[in-house]
Amino acid sequence: MSDVVEKTLSALPSLLSLDSQAGAGKLSPSSKLGNLIKGITELTSKHEEEKLIKKELESIKEQVASPNTTMRQMKEIMVRAIYCEMLGYQASFSYIHAIKLAQQGSVLEKRVGYLAVSLFLNETDEFLLLLVNTVLKDLQSTNLIEVCMALTVVSQMFPKDMIPAILPVVEEKLTHPKEIIRRKAVLALYKFYLIAPNQVQHIHSKFRKALCDKDPGVMTASLHIYLQLIKENPESYKDLTGSMVTILRQVVGGKLPLDFNYHSVPAPWLQIQLLRILAYLGKEDQGTSEMMYDVLEESLRRAEMNHNITYAILFECVKTIYTVHPKSQLLEKAAECIGNFVLSPKINLKYLGLKALTYVVQQDANLALPHQMTIIECLDHSDVIIKRETLELLFRITNAQNVTVIVEKMLEFLRLTCDDYSTIDLVGKVAELAEKYAPDNVWFIQTMNSVFSLGGDVMQPDIPNNFLRLLAEGVDNVEDRQLRLFAVDSYVSLLQGVTAKLPQRFLQVISWVLGEYSYLREEESDPGSVMRLLARLLDQRHTSTETRSWVLGAMTKLCSSPVSVALARDVCERYSGSLNTVLRQKAQELMILSQDTKLRARVLPAEGRLESLEVDSSLSFLDGYVSEALAAGAAPYKSPHQRQEDLVQEKALSLEPYGLSLPVSLSSCSITDRLTDRRSPTLLSMSSGLSGNSTELSHQEGSTTLKLEGVKRVWGKDGYLAQQQSAGETPTPLVELPNPLLSPQSPPSQTQKPSSGLEPDQEKRQLASSLFVGLGSHNSVCLMGRAETAPRHFRRKPRGESSSGASEGSSNSSHSSRSAAVDNLLLSNLLDSTTVASEGGAATTTTPQQTSQRTLDHTTSNGNPHVEGTEQRVEAGGPLSLIRGNGMVAVVPPTHTQTDPQTQQDLHPAPALERPRDLPLASHLPAELSGLARSEFTPLCSDQDSSLALSACRVYKEDALVLLVFISNNNDSALHQMVLQLTCKELEISCISGSPLKEVKGHSVSVCLHTVVMKRASVQVELAGLLSYQRPLGQPQAAQFSLSLSLKHFLRPLTVSTGDYGKMWLSFSHDLKQNLRLVTTEHQEPLTATLDALKGKLHLHVVDIIGSEGIVACRLLQGPGQWIWSVVAGCGQWRLVVVSGGWL
Amino acid sequence: MIKFLLMVNKQGQTRLSKYYEQVDIEKRPSLETDVVKRCLSRKKEECSFVEYKDFRLVYRQYAALFIVVGISDTENELSIYELVHNFVEVLDKYFSRVVSSIMFNLDKVHIIIDEIIQNGHIVETNKNRILAPLLALDKMAEAH
Repeated sequence: MSDVVEKTLSALPSLLSLDSQAGAGKLSPSSKLGNLIKGITELTSKHEEEKLIKKELESIKEQVASPNTTMRQMKEIMVRAIYCEMLGYQASFSYIHAIKLAQQGSVLEKRVGYLAVSLFLNETDEFLLLLVNTVLKDLQSTNLIEVCMALTVVSQMFPKDMIPAILPVVEEKLTHPKEIIRRKAVLALYKFYLIAPNQVQHIHSKFRKALCDKDPGVMTASLHIYLQLIKENPESYKDLTGSMVTILRQVVGGKLPLDFNYHSVPAPWLQIQLLRILAYLGKEDQGTSEMMYDVLEESLRRAEMNHNITYAILFECVKTIYTVHPKSQLLEKAAECIGNFVLSPKINLKYLGLKALTYVVQQDANLALPHQMTIIECLDHSDVIIKRETLELLFRITNAQNVTVIVEKMLEFLRLTCDDYSTIDLVGKVAELAEKYAPDNVWFIQTMNSVFSLGGDVMQPDIPNNFLRLLAEGVDNVEDRQLRLFAVDSYVSLLQGVTAKLPQRFLQVISWVLGEYSYLREEESDPGSVMRLLARLLDQRHTSTETRSWVLGAMTKLCSSPVSVALARDVCERYSGSLNTVLRQKAQELMILSQDTKLRARVLPAEGRLESLEVDSSLSFLDGYVSEALAAGAAPYKSPHQRQEDLVQEKALSLEPYGLSLPVSLSSCSITDRLTDRRSPTLLSMSSGLSGNSTELSHQEGSTTLKLEGVKRVWGKDGYLAQQQSAGETPTPLVELPNPLLSPQSPPSQTQKPSSGLEPDQEKRQLASSLFVGLGSHNSVCLMGRAETAPRHFRRKPRGESSSGASEGSSNSSHSSRSAAVDNLLLSNLLDSTTVASEGGAATTTTPQQTSQRTLDHTTSNGNPHVEGTEQRVEAGGPLSLIRGNGMVAVVPPTHTQTDPQTQQDLHPAPALERPRDLPLASHLPAELSGLARSEFTPLCSDQDSSLALSACRVYKEDALVLLVFISNNNDSALHQMVLQLTCKELEISCISGSPLKEVKGHSVSVCLHTVVMKRASVQVELAGLLSYQRPLGQPQAAQFSLSLSLKHFLRPLTVSTGDYGKMWLSFSHDLKQNLRLVTTEHQEPLTATLDALKGKLHLHVVDIIGSEGIVACRLLQGPGQWIWSVVAGCGQWRLVVVSGGWL
Repeated sequence: MIKFLLMVNKQGQTRLSKYYEQVDIEKRPSLETDVVKRCLSRKKEECSFVEYKDFRLVYRQYAALFIVVGISDTENELSIYELVHNFVEVLDKYFSRVVSSIMFNLDKVHIIIDEIIQNGHIVETNKNRILAPLLALDKMAEAH
């Protein structure tokens, strides 16, 4: 009852102010705010607003400074200040008063104080430190409301470094009797996990308790943590699947209190959250997926009610069904569901349907087939958002046969759109499709012309870059020649027309191509024509200075005939006096080179176009200079990304409209060295790659949002496809039996089904058959002899091998199988390298060299085709080198690996022979360890008649390495007086349980558990074991064995945020660099694949992938060491940089 | 992931804004103007989701009040669309006439939002529980 009174009272002021607008100010207690708002609402211009707010801020300033202002007034002032800031006017003087209000105000005032703090300050603000004591005090308050608000503010923002100060108090709240306090405590811990994951590592067990809390709210809160944890590392949480399924079943079944319902749907957002978690858990895991089929089906069934929120759940459910291991019956139902969405007259549902379809066609392009006509209708929909989403869908089902139609549709959209962001995005997609599936030269060049004209100067710089590279690359065969000639011809005719509308970037591309390849058409035209066209370009007012320098560069290459020389002279005269130094220099070059034919022939050899230039991309000739400078006390060079302290900033909302943050663009760096750099634009990116590679390359990544080569094909028409099918193919369906229903001859009859009732007109039918050709009807086309794949020529080259002069020999292993590549990577790198080097007999080719310089890398090419670059750097001269003496990193193709069989066995710790024994032993795993990641069982030793066998297994607990020794007694008689000793000087081994076990009965297995800690870090340690025992009627006996443990067993992922990573990067002093060969697989980007391999094999935490740089982190168990690793691309090679906080 | 929540009137004036990703104060007005322009220019029969730069907007209109939520493109648009409605229902439960009340009770609306969304995630949707802390505050302020 009192609640009702409360409500009315609190609503009263607003009621009054509402009903009589004029009197609002006077009657409302927040009169000043009311006046302010009213004033603002009545204003008509920005200028007036500014004047009014300035005045308001002045008055606020005066009032907060006055000692007579009460806390109650202060609260009202703060709301006004919030209002001003909301309109974009800084009120920084009030921040300190907000903190004061939170400190001193009584409840409601305090809450407003906290609120103001959370709105005014950002997470890195130093002001926040002033809040710590207040928060701590309130957390310990007896007033629950105060505890509540303190927890609320903590879960919004809190200084990372101060977490330890309040962590115990927050932890304590997890057991508070009030659900709201427990719930908020969980959310606060979630916040801590987000900003400093290592701080809360020890309370993971408490999260589990929260998950099992009797209150649904607390449980829901804990799901935020679990979603995050499972997303990062699904393997470790598979055991939660059962619980998640149970929770979802209860929610769906309506077991929650009624007030969790929203429009009679039980806790819809909770359902969505759970479905997301299940998707992460079931992805590529049949066993786990099977546990959830029932509940997924139930969700589909329950969500039948016709309300938006049930559709939202359905959408999530469909996504989950298509993410987890497939079950055909469910897939059918989900597909049906998508159909309902797509066909819905409600526009929001249609949108969602298209989005779902876009998601599922990545797995099975045929799913688009039943919706052909709807898709075509959506293409012409009046709502551009629907159109845009449809194009996205089409992009994903593009193949060599429908590419022309789909690209045409995309270009059509591009011509109409004026939104820069969609332009950038779509232009990138068109360029990608054109490169991948172009049916012929003419089409390719024409499409790229449209891309350049439409993309204008906003498109990603890698589009022209890649295009030029594509033209320049390749052997000089007829096909390449034709392509180039066609490009030249097409540009000449473009230049003959109106050039005023062509974007500058396009003109630059044109100039470069004309300069380089005009000679191809020489025989048929008069020699000066191209020169004249270029000169005309120079004369035009709209041509930018940058473009002019490109044009001049092109002219320099072309001035071979007398006519051209004369033209060149004219041009030179005009530009040698230019105020722009670059232009002046170019003109000077043109002048000299056009007159001195011999010099020109030497500097710009015509036949040298295709020859690769040796570029010392590491600038090793500067080494002497650098070390001198360092010796003289200069600061060591740091690359931009190292300098970039605040990595978090990057993640914030970008408001710079489409600005390119990189300073090095294609054109700017080309100008500097155009003369020497005649060969191809490939070099441009390399020369700039020296300094800012990571930032630059990240842009390249950005433009190609989707890599179809990488899309894994798990889905076929008949359901799940086995893994071994080659995925290097285009994303079109694999060859299947021709299906009469789906063959291109009959799509219209297929598509009658849509409820539209109207006969689709002929045009649409045609469009449909051209759009959906190649889907589901592949076989028939192939039989007719048409190549299914695009000409190799247009294939985008894998990024990793962007050809530098030195790395040419390295491209031949891209077809190596994934696992071989992974092992190769691991073998030749990292932790096992010592063994490889010493035992494998691979002669090391370099001695570790100690250099003082930090980032400048230098590459030595020693003639061996398999050794592309050897690099070893021990910076701080640490006691132990992780990567010792193995110079031949990553360059040995799998077939050449000189592998010690023993090492290999270590990497495949499951010899085939031991497999059968695996299962029985697994059943002896202690229950508390069963859910954790573990190694295979390694046999240690057995006596002659195998009456006694010892096996070992490592369990990777989060905080420890547990070594299990299984003693299997296969004899009838028991073993007595058993003593198991494990010794190793580098390790500290302590027994948890099982020992001292005195005896093992006949035909049974006993387990001894030991925790193992590294006292002194070593790459590889040998552990010696001795088991002494006695049979009832025998002598004491002993079994000896040894077991080697590698450092990698002691590594655990270190979960840090990108921001923390950045800080660690700066603060850690030891570093170590090594060249690295990326793992190449068909399914993934090389970088991602490598990181995955590292993650899998070495228990690393992949922090982030920023452009072409992958960063990972790990820590050593119980040791001081934290390492962060970074895989960086530079100069065409990949480099692994390991930075350590402890030792290396 | 929710990036921001805006409440604007038909004239495009911001009534409330809450950001879950760092945006400089100076840049907010232009972002808001831009966002609002996108949403206000849409017709009734067009869908309630708009692509904007590299994220999406979900908007919903209540009389003269527009609520716009910026989300990342992994978010489920329709669930956010309904979240907005749930939020409005909460406001409706607390204030008697939502549209004008929120203007003059900026602080309370913020307190409500803080209960629903934190760090860009939906943390509470149960109406009673969303309002519980605020009602308790009111009660205590009354007693003072």
